[in-house]
Amino acid sequence: MTSPHAMLATTSMIAAIVVTATAGDILTASAMRQVGDLDAIRQRSGIPGAAWAVVTNGRFGLGIICLALSFFSLLFAFSHRDLSLIGPAATSLTFVTNAVAAKLFLRENVDRRRWMAAVFVCVGVALLAF
Amino acid sequence: MTFRRYVVLGVITLTASCGDTFLSRGMKAMGPVSLGDPGALIHAIFSPWVAAGIVLLIGFFASYLTALSWADLTYVLPASSLGYVIMTLLAKFWLGEHVSTMRWLGVVFITAGVGFVTRGPSYTDHSGPAEAAAIEAGTPEAGAAERAAEEVRR
Repeated sequence: MTSPHAMLATTSMIAAIVVTATAGDILTASAMRQVGDLDAIRQRSGIPGAAWAVVTNGRFGLGIICLALSFFSLLFAFSHRDLSLIGPAATSLTFVTNAVAAKLFLRENVDRRRWMAAVFVCVGVALLAF
Repeated sequence: MTFRRYVVLGVITLTASCGDTFLSRGMKAMGPVSLGDPGALIHAIFSPWVAAGIVLLIGFFASYLTALSWADLTYVLPASSLGYVIMTLLAKFWLGEHVSTMRWLGVVFITAGVGFVTRGPSYTDHSGPAEAAAIEAGTPEAGAAERAAEEVRR
């Protein structure tokens, strides 16, 4: 039987991955909203201009740091728990937390259709663990 | 959404799933790597499968950022999750892995989720009176509102 301490440790590891991944996704998406349509920028300034517009955005830098933290949290969790538990749990939960965070911080219109999509993909990814 | 933008979503899906599968194939060919031997990881980067996987994942990130510049995060993430389906098909038919009934059920759920989100609008229109004024003034903040207005026109 799993001890409460082990369960708390597993939950903390998954939470660390989900929180940093969500923060990274939200910051990156927010950065791309600030930057604007990359296709239009590329037409005006070429690929170097579009790349420069992205990498000089502060939110993009913060987003990359959060995504890197998420990646290392994932590696840390993999070294302690099974891939089949951590991978689907973290990925599927991130779909739901991203939907909540996008509604709160990006003011995206997360209607019933998008909630259904997030929940279906979340359940589907969780089922891939079996 | 234009045809070109659906192509970008398709590129995200394909590059993510093929990139991960290439990495998996390359690392399996190398055998277990110990964290105490970081040199082995550097060596892995230059193996053909891993190198090809990294190139595909760079392509994934570039197309993912492009999609986020004209579509909502809550649209792009589910719409590009068909990659899990492709990854399962590649695992079954290329890597020869066993795929259980529950996994196939997972594939059905993901496909249904993708179907839900791609039938709706891709971008939230945030253009209020302030942003309309920004367009009039030609300020940099006008970009987002202009894009949203363009999306509505489509």
